[in-house]
Amino acid sequence: MTVIERPLVETVRRPLGGGRRLAMPQWIAAAPFFLYVGIFLLLPTAIVVSGAFIDSAGLSLANFATMNQRFVINAFLNSVLLSATSAIIGAVFGALLAYAVATGNPNGAFRRLVSSACGVLAQFGGVTLAFAFIATIGGAGFITLWLQQHGMNIYANGVWLYQLRGLVLVYIYFQIPLMVLVFLPALDGIRPQWREATESLGGGTWHYWRYVAGPLLAPAFLGGTLLLFANAFSAYATAAALVNQGSIIASLLIANTLTSEVGLANPGIASAFALVMVVIVAVVMVLYTLLQQRTARWLQ
Amino acid sequence: MSRNRRLKLQIFRLAVFVLLGAFFLIPIGAMFEFSTRGVTEDAPRTLNAWLTIAQTPDLVAAILASLGLAVLTSLGMLVLLVPTMIWVRLRLPHLSRVIEFLCLLPLTIPAIVLVAGLAPIYLWMNLNISDSILTLAFVYLVLVLPYAYRALYTGLAAIDVKTLAEAARSLGASWITVMMRVIVPNMPVAILNACLLSVAVVLGEFTIANLLNYVNLQVAIALAGRANATVSIAVAVASLLFAFILLVILSFFGRPRARVAPDAPGLPYPGAAGGGMR
Repeated sequence: MTVIERPLVETVRRPLGGGRRLAMPQWIAAAPFFLYVGIFLLLPTAIVVSGAFIDSAGLSLANFATMNQRFVINAFLNSVLLSATSAIIGAVFGALLAYAVATGNPNGAFRRLVSSACGVLAQFGGVTLAFAFIATIGGAGFITLWLQQHGMNIYANGVWLYQLRGLVLVYIYFQIPLMVLVFLPALDGIRPQWREATESLGGGTWHYWRYVAGPLLAPAFLGGTLLLFANAFSAYATAAALVNQGSIIASLLIANTLTSEVGLANPGIASAFALVMVVIVAVVMVLYTLLQQRTARWLQ
Repeated sequence: MSRNRRLKLQIFRLAVFVLLGAFFLIPIGAMFEFSTRGVTEDAPRTLNAWLTIAQTPDLVAAILASLGLAVLTSLGMLVLLVPTMIWVRLRLPHLSRVIEFLCLLPLTIPAIVLVAGLAPIYLWMNLNISDSILTLAFVYLVLVLPYAYRALYTGLAAIDVKTLAEAARSLGASWITVMMRVIVPNMPVAILNACLLSVAVVLGEFTIANLLNYVNLQVAIALAGRANATVSIAVAVASLLFAFILLVILSFFGRPRARVAPDAPGLPYPGAAGGGMR
């Protein structure tokens, strides 16, 4: 009997250095990511935060003293008003649309179409959206002209499209779809059995909404409204495309303070305004996350 | 459900769909209508505005710049995010919360705030590296992080990364081979989704380009609007159609799988605060 020269099973040669521990620490592979995010996300944020507290004389709160001026207060109040109005209207109509979708066939093509459309429209905004409304109800817009031919004038009391009221209308266009996206999962969590249970206990439609569905959906609805508020509060492009001059809302004020064409640009003051905005948005988003977690508790 | 209530519900649904459908469709239809108007009020419908796009050098340059930015941003996103996410999943699971937090952070920082901090950085870059519009890809990569992260996260969650990697490693594959030839080919839909979302975000971006004085597609549309409303609306419709097509492709590929593998709880919805698109 001869000795078998070849091994019975052919194995791949041990790779060079394969079995050894890497000489470099393992986190080194994640270092490029942290470095990149550090430079292009954390550094700009740090510049805004530190810039807000520095003026020509060094460390100071002088930049925030500018907040006390009438036009600054007005811009922030207008922003709050615009965001709250568009969030509440958007949340109500978005919830109605979500309910209309949720009561249909859950696997139907129509539902798929509506939720896809909402996914697209929630991202719609900026210059294109502003132009869409100018083409619709601007001075030479489709609806404006059509109404004029029928003896009606939507601008009898002045053109309001380029003012706060106009912005509310335009913002609602992206607020409703966003509300549908965040509210639909909550509606899907509602079981028809709960309604049957209410009825077998003698409750009517009113009791069902008041004592069963209402309290269950309230956190999701409120959370959605808060998300919509943050969404509108930080929006800039749509307003910038629609409103050509003036700083009627906070985001336009920040932009104009940053790049003033008349030489009044002041990065420190712009940073202070930006810091106030980011703090407001952050508070709203934290509240939203808390409400979202509360919703998730019974949704699963 | 009683017949009466079912009827009421159907009437309610119909009313909601018709009213909101009109609200959403009329502005888009009006843009088409506006972009095909003739010069005078009685002039016949014309496609002149659409044909003028190609003959306007500023617009063509801006369109090319935005397409270049979309490609660069998508590539950069893949190079930066894919290896990091795979590596963190395999070897550094304790860092996954940090990565997630950093990737979603751009949602809570409005683009208008980010730009205030970016201005000095870009001033330095313009002086020392390059003042090309393509440098915007650096910050656009940050803007697309939340969307790309979620898309890739869903893709990675759907496959057994650990087993695949261990199997490949035990057969002698290097880490590069594990990533490029084993894990990446197993998540084509997630990678496609991440790229499409990145392209959509980049093509829609206005805030940062405008305030850093670069003319990308959206800024060019806004500028053109002051000279010739019809042409700029035609470009706006074209860019909108393009984004629509991208996102419709996306919704047909991506969504069903996303339902199977739900996202980690507590993730804010993409498109919330940041993005720079509005």
